[in-house]
Amino acid sequence: MRGPDSVAPGRRSLGDRFYRPVTAACAAAIPLVLTMLAVYLLHGAWPVLSTHAGQLLTGSVWDVPRGQFGALPVIGGTLLSSLLALVLATPLALSVAILSAELAPRAVREPLTFLVNLLAAIPSVVYGLWGIYVLLPFLRRTVMPGLMLLPGSLFRGPAYGPSLLAATLLLAAMILPFIAGVSRDVLLAVPRAQREAALALGATRWEMIRDAVLPAARPGLFGGIMLGLGRALGETMAVTMVIGNRHALPSSLLDPTYTMASLLANEFAEASSATHLAALLAVATVLLALTLLVNVIARWLVARVERGASMPGRWA
Amino acid sequence: MRRTVLVGAVLLSGVLLANCNRGGDGSGEARTSAPVVNGVRVDLTGAGATFPYPLYARWFNEYAQQTNVRINYQSIGSGGGIRQVVARTVDFGATDVPMSDEELVSANVKVLHIPTVIGAVALTYNLPGLKHPLRLSGEVIADIFLGRVTRWNDPRIAALNDDLALPAADILVVHRADGSGTSYIFSDYLASVSPAWASGPGRGKEVRWPVGIGGKGNEGVAGQVKQMIGALGYLEVVYARQNRLPVVHVRNREGRFISPMPFEIASAATAVLDSVNARATGGTDADLRLSIVNAPGAQSYPIASFTWMLLAPDAIGRAKTEQLVAFLRWALLESGDIASTLGYVPLPSDAAARIVERLERVTNVPASSR
Repeated sequence: MRGPDSVAPGRRSLGDRFYRPVTAACAAAIPLVLTMLAVYLLHGAWPVLSTHAGQLLTGSVWDVPRGQFGALPVIGGTLLSSLLALVLATPLALSVAILSAELAPRAVREPLTFLVNLLAAIPSVVYGLWGIYVLLPFLRRTVMPGLMLLPGSLFRGPAYGPSLLAATLLLAAMILPFIAGVSRDVLLAVPRAQREAALALGATRWEMIRDAVLPAARPGLFGGIMLGLGRALGETMAVTMVIGNRHALPSSLLDPTYTMASLLANEFAEASSATHLAALLAVATVLLALTLLVNVIARWLVARVERGASMPGRWA
Repeated sequence: MRRTVLVGAVLLSGVLLANCNRGGDGSGEARTSAPVVNGVRVDLTGAGATFPYPLYARWFNEYAQQTNVRINYQSIGSGGGIRQVVARTVDFGATDVPMSDEELVSANVKVLHIPTVIGAVALTYNLPGLKHPLRLSGEVIADIFLGRVTRWNDPRIAALNDDLALPAADILVVHRADGSGTSYIFSDYLASVSPAWASGPGRGKEVRWPVGIGGKGNEGVAGQVKQMIGALGYLEVVYARQNRLPVVHVRNREGRFISPMPFEIASAATAVLDSVNARATGGTDADLRLSIVNAPGAQSYPIASFTWMLLAPDAIGRAKTEQLVAFLRWALLESGDIASTLGYVPLPSDAAARIVERLERVTNVPASSR
């Protein structure tokens, strides 16, 4: 059994012998679970996917008693709310990460990190309740009337409160700690020598961060952002409580809309007809596929950016 | 350490007490109505509607103390209750929405619907400064939820409330977003009073709402209505009463404006059961999947409904059927005022007696087994 280069049997620990198979098994469990999930969803969704896939993806009428299942509004609502939340949260989260990793004095760093991590630990139903009792009244009374004075259709009323805007703001608050936490760790992992080299070349602190730290950390930062996006796409409870749950694509930020995860949470428990169940599972399948697709696109983007970043002369 | 000992002592005494109870039951079983199988504990399982869950939990708890029959119930929703009864994974189901004819046919087993308690839907609104409750008719409610009546000072609303100063504001409609028996009862009512609603959104636990926003659960709808001046939403009546929300007085078939109070809700059930009885006299089996929305009777509140237990005698066998029939006899006729103290509207006693009598006849479980 012994390979030619192995150590003497007495000195070889149990850990060494089992380490590889155990880690391999654990790693294999992840694609296995994902595959099982996909197979289950596809199997359950097949009655609808095999016959009405077109209606599901392009139809906008969700009428359960009449058996019409068009999921375009929920797909659109999910993408819009998640991407807008990402646009809002990313600059904030990166600023927090840069501040707590590079700029802030030591006495501020630890409390700041602690507070950001605390944000990540709040259950989403608490975010939802905060959304209902604090965010929505504030938006309805203070923010929305002001926004409605602006020209253009982006902020057209009526100001219900529950809206794409409310969901976006809440989601941004929820994914911020994830992006900030990952980004901070990534920034801290950039070798010290890199910063010192930049400073030695006469860079200011800002130039050092911009030209030496951020480019080196870029793949990790993208990873953090993608983690945030994944969470935003799948977030259910809090969004359900503030988005208005209306089966319509929003034409303004103040319009109520719907997301796939909210639809599943709302209708799954009471779905008694076979078609309705299959339609909900089909929506779940689309959500899974969409998440995978977003991740693949993000990886491709990161790879492209990386090739660009490694070109010589960038720091000159 | 101290704490552990204390917890242990409490647990132990709980077990001892439970055993005492069981011993007591054994000696008292002659006076209880449940047939006892060799004096051993009987466990039954059920699943379904969430609306009657607090009541069922109390019923099962009381019943377990009086007999040796323990009933476990999971409030997973009406849809789940129907699915599980048909799949035969539970001994009984519970639902706020009667099974459709197609569902009954595809079930491959005969499923009985037994009304257990009456639910109702109240409309609540946020219009500060009204000197008495708002009054609406079914036609106007339907047109508001269809998006045809959009302002509070619409002449059709004003005509029903000539002494109220209604604001020139938009009506902000709030409906349930999650599938629910409450939505079923409400849409069933709208469909029965408005042809446009019947041919439009129709009846269902979830329908395609033409206007408004969706709140999750009764608390979601109540939260939105409380926050938005000009809002109108519908709720399960127990929730509305417990939270002291203003409720709309709804015009019934006889043209009277009725508030959703227990007597008025029970009147709807009595009126419908009476009319069914008048039609089906003799030994014919009346289907108890009765809709009691828009009921006749001067006192009847028009947005009410039964909630049902689902029993499939052929699927669970003789012994369990007898156990469940005995339980239902106790719950409907002998459980006292448990239902009303919890805020539910119990079946009127003569209606309950008729339902139990019919159940015993259909399942061939004689009342004399007590």
